[in-house]
Amino acid sequence: MALALGGYFSSASNVFTGSLVNLQTWFSARFVAVQDFLTSPRDIASLRQRNIELEGEVAELQAQVIQLQQQVGKTQILAALVDFEQANPENRYLAAAVIGRDPSPFLHYVIINRGSNDGILRGMPVVTNQGLIGRIDAVIADAARIQLITDPASSVNVRLQNAETEASLVGSVTGDVTLQLIPQDINVQAGDLVLTSGLGGGYPPDLIIGQVVNVRSRDFDLFQQATVQPVVDFNRLEIVLVIVNFKPVDISPVEPAPAP
Amino acid sequence: MRNLVAIPVILLTVILQSAVISRVYLLSGIADLPMVMLAAWALQEDVDSAWHWAAATGLFVGFISGISWIVPFFGYMAIVFLARIFQKRVWQAPLLAMFSITFVGTIIVSLLSIVTLGFVGVPLPISDVLGLLTLPSVLLNMLIAIPVYAVMRDLARWVYPSPEVE
Repeated sequence: MALALGGYFSSASNVFTGSLVNLQTWFSARFVAVQDFLTSPRDIASLRQRNIELEGEVAELQAQVIQLQQQVGKTQILAALVDFEQANPENRYLAAAVIGRDPSPFLHYVIINRGSNDGILRGMPVVTNQGLIGRIDAVIADAARIQLITDPASSVNVRLQNAETEASLVGSVTGDVTLQLIPQDINVQAGDLVLTSGLGGGYPPDLIIGQVVNVRSRDFDLFQQATVQPVVDFNRLEIVLVIVNFKPVDISPVEPAPAP
Repeated sequence: MRNLVAIPVILLTVILQSAVISRVYLLSGIADLPMVMLAAWALQEDVDSAWHWAAATGLFVGFISGISWIVPFFGYMAIVFLARIFQKRVWQAPLLAMFSITFVGTIIVSLLSIVTLGFVGVPLPISDVLGLLTLPSVLLNMLIAIPVYAVMRDLARWVYPSPEVE
């Protein structure tokens, strides 16, 4: 036996062992095939069951991921708003969520979930961490309507930081904002920063609005015009800050009456 | 009693309009779900409360919107008026009537808005309004017209069940 296992009888055992190995291989292959045949249906059923369970878990986890992404997005917005509040301590802010827009396509208003119960009054300015978005136009107990600066009826007194001049920013039905009443002798350039001037008492001064994109200056016009790119994306308003310690000044009694 | 379904339907429609539909833009135009809903409701044969629905919806939209209540109130009343006429004339082709009312209704509400805003001094360039706002709104209203019509037809059958033939 020792000699055979040591390979000394290899030539003699080749025929014998070769046949044995072939026979065992044949049996082994058939056994595995039969085993597969007998056990595989049970495995498929259990795999299917497991697959269903895992798919359920994946769906649950995907829902959790979406929820967490939404929470992260909201947290980032809130963190930015807190930073803005800390950087501007002269004002008191009240955060509110945007819950709707005006049903009419002609107007640019949004509706927020804070109202007179929270101390909001008509005329209060509304900002985001990026800049001015508008002011409160109407208030009920638990909601308020904001007139955006892109609304065609909106007009904001502004100043150009680099040009050291004042102008009027008006909205339009398409949502574009334009600077009007810029004196002809003022050199306005693309990139100039537009801030609220505070004139008229409708808005506090030095709130950022946007940047000049292009200027239209014609010799026969009394004033220049400029297109402004707002810093705020008005299509993605989610959370806004109402400046609650600002009292707008009503200048209508001192405004000149229109000529008859 | 089933007429009271008007309250939740109108509330839900205006809330959907403000919270969802108004955020879906095509150029500067948006769909007007309350208007399409009223047109579909007024086109149903057995419905006799379309005027009440139009008045309630118009006042509610006027309350939410920054535009004068005159625009939605009289705009929606005009749409019900037109729908009633169309319903008698083209009763064999309700979808054709629905599309026609949607088209004409959008134009009417746009015109009323332009006139009203013009009265209060809001500058509206007509070419911009027609090209970027009114026509896209017409298209969006047409897109939602068929599903809204189907829903309102089922609702009308529930509110006004036809007498069973024995």
